[in-house]
Amino acid sequence: MLTLECPYCGVKAEETELQAGGEAHLKRFGPGSSDDEFEGYLFLRKNPKGVHFERWRHAYGCGKWFLAARCTATLEVFGTYSAQTKEPPADLQAKIKAKRPDWEGYK
Amino acid sequence: MSKAVSALGGVSHKGFVEVSEAGLQGMITVRGDLSSAKMKKAVKAATGTAVPEARRIVIAGDKAAAWMSPDELLILVPYTEAVATVAALEEALAGEHHIVADVSDARAMFRIKGAKASQALLKLCPVDFETLAEGEIRRTRAAQVAAALWKSAEDEFSLVSFRSAAGYVFGALEVSARTGSEPFPA
Repeated sequence: MLTLECPYCGVKAEETELQAGGEAHLKRFGPGSSDDEFEGYLFLRKNPKGVHFERWRHAYGCGKWFLAARCTATLEVFGTYSAQTKEPPADLQAKIKAKRPDWEGYK
Repeated sequence: MSKAVSALGGVSHKGFVEVSEAGLQGMITVRGDLSSAKMKKAVKAATGTAVPEARRIVIAGDKAAAWMSPDELLILVPYTEAVATVAALEEALAGEHHIVADVSDARAMFRIKGAKASQALLKLCPVDFETLAEGEIRRTRAAQVAAALWKSAEDEFSLVSFRSAAGYVFGALEVSARTGSEPFPA
């Protein structure tokens, strides 16, 4: 069972209290973008075995969207953070790098 | 005006704890900037309490203010005072971004009474009742529907859900509270 701590209300919520929102830190391509860019934005996901950044919503709790970094292979959770960020916090990235030296970064 | 009735008319069931529908309860949703001076004043005037800290409920007699999310409060007042309280809150928050809505008739409230009240609830909610602090309100799910619960007295929990799911919630509570089905009987 996956347990994530909501950064807005501090509840350690288990999976059934949350709603998954797919990959985080996507760059949106809207009107005026090329077909390739739009296809990439709409359909193409990393789906890694390892470190993954995801969007989650504390659906049955405070209702806020937040972001989480976890390992898809071991279910280890590296951390959760506010959705109002353009990229993962530096300290979280350093922590992941320390635990997974061959991790290539979130991009 | 038509006569107001609660979702299940105060039905109750006695198992290893007593579960009952609590009847009419005034509930008001307030959204806005919880740290603003106007909000603090408005909540003080409505319930006589301070704006609760994150995940806390402050109770003063038959009124209470509960923290629902970083920008939302639930104000509890007696049912007959809800309309007047909404008007007072609207007036007190004027000029600032806010939403005040009387949700009394959109919700149902339940009480779970007895020394093992948490044992009936822990079968339905993914909550660690051992670490649930005094004065903490926990929004979670009860079986398959959204709910919020808090310890309202010694050996008593209160739970609110949507009115449309009241029958489901009561059914789940009733089954969960059946005699002999405690997870920790001793």
